[in-house]
Amino acid sequence: MSADEWAIIAGMMAVTFLIRYSFFALGDRIQFPPLVKRALRYVPVAVLTAITVPMVLLPDGQHWQLDVRNAWLLGALASGLIAWRYNKLLAAIGGGMAVFFLWRWLMAVSF
Amino acid sequence: MTTFLASPRGTELWRGACDSLPMLLGAAPFGVIFGTLAAPSGLSMAGALGMSLFVFAGSSQFIALTLMASGAGLAVIVLTTFVVNLRHALYSATLLPYVAALGQRWRLPLAFWLTDETFAVVQHRYGAADASPFKHWYHLGSSLAMYGNWLLWTLAGVLLGHSVEGLERLGLEFAMAATFTGIVVPMLKKRPMVGAALAAAMVALAARDLPYKLGLMLAAVAGVLVGLYLEERAGEAK
Repeated sequence: MSADEWAIIAGMMAVTFLIRYSFFALGDRIQFPPLVKRALRYVPVAVLTAITVPMVLLPDGQHWQLDVRNAWLLGALASGLIAWRYNKLLAAIGGGMAVFFLWRWLMAVSF
Repeated sequence: MTTFLASPRGTELWRGACDSLPMLLGAAPFGVIFGTLAAPSGLSMAGALGMSLFVFAGSSQFIALTLMASGAGLAVIVLTTFVVNLRHALYSATLLPYVAALGQRWRLPLAFWLTDETFAVVQHRYGAADASPFKHWYHLGSSLAMYGNWLLWTLAGVLLGHSVEGLERLGLEFAMAATFTGIVVPMLKKRPMVGAALAAAMVALAARDLPYKLGLMLAAVAGVLVGLYLEERAGEAK
């Protein structure tokens, strides 16, 4: 394992542990202001959306692909629909992946 | 061993592990996918195992892989990990009343092992009406089960990734997009959340060419601000 990897792992470990341990260590001497608590609730949605949407709309990282041939788009729509309708994460992942692979295969044979 | 498990401490430990079973099953595929994606993302076998062993935070491990694959540097990965795992501070604060009386040799490891899943399981147990003095053993049982499970499935994924040829061309990265979509969509029930997601998506797209993945940070900030703003406005309208 390279020095870079060790540095990344050490850095990630440090911040993750710091966050998890902070309150256990400080005791009840500190409290989140209500505004911070509310802001934190939007973090997962904002971060995960910001990562996923460019992946799906620009599958190669460079070019927009807003058409029906984009397997990433079709697969993500399938995952989203299953998650919305059934609220089952594993089904959403499995269904999305099935659509993604099927669509990629279909596009490969027909174009 | 059997006598320990029959003792009050052992019973709590065992029950904590057993009550975490659905969470263990839920985490298993993610461990496998993380392990298989490590090599195509440029993370070595030891690196993947090391990350599960020392960081032990699923979603940020996935995001780190995505960032590594796109050539992001150390600072960006660490900063993103910080943002993504900030929610754990809320768990830490919520559980504090239950662990405050324990010594550091309990609080340190329990903090290290604090995940979404264990939080969900132990919060329930700590809140139960009975006055068992050994509820932290239940907490430990859930933590150890989650940790062992995560390491095991990461290892399985890493081995799978190394033994199957051409895995990186299969498009397994899509699993990450599917996972994140599946997590986000059910959260989009209220208008401020939808607004936060839209703002984050637009800023991420517009700022995608900024160096050091700064676009991701800007998008996160934009999403949070828009969400707060819309929540504020909805509150006033009532």
